Amino acid sequence: MLKMSDISKVYRTELVETHALRELSLHVDEGEFVAVTGPSGSGKTTFLNIAGLLESPTSGLFELDGADVGRLNDRERSRIRNEKVGFIFQSFNLIPDLSLADNVDVPLRYRGWSGVERRRAIGEMLDLVGLGSRQNYLPSQLSGGQQQRVAIARALAGKPRFLLADEPTGNLDSEMAGQVMLLLEQINRAGTTIIMVTHDPELAARAHRNIHILDGRASDLPLGTHSKVMHLPGREAARV
Amino acid sequence: MFNYYLRLALRSMRRTPILTALMVLALGLGIGAFMTTFTVYYLMSGDPIPHKSGVLFAVQLDNWDPNNPPTESAKDVQPQLTWQDGQNLLNADTPALRQVHMYASGAIVVPEGDEPPFDETIRATSHEFFAMFDVPFLYGRPWDQRADQDRASIAVIGRELNDKLFSGENSVGQRIQLDGNFFEVIGVIDDWQPTPRFYHVDAGGSFADTEQVFLPLTRAIDEPMGPRGNTNCWAPINEDLPVMEAFLQSECVWTQFWAELESPEQAAAYKDYLDNYARDQKAAGRFPRPLNTFLSDVNAWMEVNGVVGNDNRVQLRLSFLFLLVCVLNTVGLLMAKFLGKGGEVALRRAMGASRGAVFTQNLVEVGTIGVLGGLTGVGFAWLGLRAVETLYRGYQHLVNLDPLLLIVAVGLSVIAAITAGLYPVWRVSRLQPAGLLKTQ
Repeated sequence: MLKMSDISKVYRTELVETHALRELSLHVDEGEFVAVTGPSGSGKTTFLNIAGLLESPTSGLFELDGADVGRLNDRERSRIRNEKVGFIFQSFNLIPDLSLADNVDVPLRYRGWSGVERRRAIGEMLDLVGLGSRQNYLPSQLSGGQQQRVAIARALAGKPRFLLADEPTGNLDSEMAGQVMLLLEQINRAGTTIIMVTHDPELAARAHRNIHILDGRASDLPLGTHSKVMHLPGREAARV
Repeated sequence: MFNYYLRLALRSMRRTPILTALMVLALGLGIGAFMTTFTVYYLMSGDPIPHKSGVLFAVQLDNWDPNNPPTESAKDVQPQLTWQDGQNLLNADTPALRQVHMYASGAIVVPEGDEPPFDETIRATSHEFFAMFDVPFLYGRPWDQRADQDRASIAVIGRELNDKLFSGENSVGQRIQLDGNFFEVIGVIDDWQPTPRFYHVDAGGSFADTEQVFLPLTRAIDEPMGPRGNTNCWAPINEDLPVMEAFLQSECVWTQFWAELESPEQAAAYKDYLDNYARDQKAAGRFPRPLNTFLSDVNAWMEVNGVVGNDNRVQLRLSFLFLLVCVLNTVGLLMAKFLGKGGEVALRRAMGASRGAVFTQNLVEVGTIGVLGGLTGVGFAWLGLRAVETLYRGYQHLVNLDPLLLIVAVGLSVIAAITAGLYPVWRVSRLQPAGLLKTQ
């Protein structure tokens, strides 16, 4: 479903050239739950931004469902992002003065659905995350875990092909993190592909597959070795 | 999507009320100042009688001092005629469809009952004034040529005076007392206020009220009712004659003369007639200057008399510059506002909004600010016009915002806001969402 071949990303300023990704290659199949790990500055977020079509690679081939999407114009990328990608962020990124329903409505507005379709999808998704009775609440009236569940409902509302989650439990205590993780696993079991960046070895261990990014390159880790890798210095980890 | 964007715009404005208020105020002030001067300018330069302005011509003859500088245009010739020239033209068989000879005067009106007497403006005119200038009648009719010849003691009065003296009832057949003499009312004219008051635009009078009493010219002279308005003389008056008689025979100019000429051919023939008249007068020892006769239609006459002064044009330009300053201030405020919502923009981009969608959404917000700025500007313009009305006597007909000007004000504000907002909106639509999402 998602295939990256020799993807590189270079940020250039007048003085510095930073290689965020170096000929990164990976393949994610439909229905997988992939945890992406790596130390800070290793390129995880850049990988996620390219996967979510928020940035273009400097070189390499990026295919979604067999189509090259690495060089599309803004309108096409936005359309694909809207239809195929759902984002979940560490800090939830809910719009504070919109109700929960209006927050979930954001991606649907750009989909061009009718009011009836949108209302049905909003209701279903908020029910799914257990907040169906609070559609008119503001985010500030919810706990952190509940806010992240709203963010998940928003990500799922447009029925995307895959979810990109960037440290989805990073701002939550362990109990709420556990609830969110259960929800993500439930969503994955229902057929949605999930790619999750995390620093938490326990969460990574619950994914089907672990990918480690170091110095801009990705490598698959055997399940269960993640916690060891996380504690090794960067250079040595690359050889695991 | 427009309704959605409008909802988001209103929500965004509520989120930053002070910034929004400052922008609306900046635009409102700019629009208010510009619309105040523009309204005055627009009404000053408007065509007071659009359906006939091309066929009504003010007449100028040059009877003036030979020692004056040479004449280069109609602006260099006296705008009024002597009594004798006006009467000569009026009574001659000219090619004109209609001619009017007239002057401004005034008298004390003595109401019946206990009301105190008051001063009223008078237009002493030949009978075709009403037909020539399409004066609307509420009651009765104008007088005819015979009444002019008979020097009849009759009057046409204005609606305002009719309300005052006769409580708005049909006063035809009633009498009014002017300077102690009685005149029979034969007609009441409806509201009629050409702006500018083109038929008599001497200094300070371009925007004055129309007169409330109209009398036959001949009767007013018999009274005699002296002129009110500019009276200019260059040659001594014959002191051997009675004063009024000497004044009527003098080279003093104080009467206005208009001709209705239906076609260019008729206008050319009338001009020839005027030239021949001037030659005859030269032969008789008058008109010592070169042959200078002029015919100016209504709009040309406004130009000749400088009805729209240079001061008004300068004020208009200055107020436009002020509007530009306000727009520039709004650019800064919009930059602050839009760059402050980079996080939300990044989120919307991640959710599938294209740059175009972000641009449109924010442009709707800018347009909404523009509408509010325009409405505020209308309020400021109203205050500005009230100030003009208070400060400048004679401008009372120029200080009303008509519906067209209201639409112009709001439209201009929206254009100003969008102009101010284009760069900030473009900038915010070009923000890279990736970096902003992480820092949310």
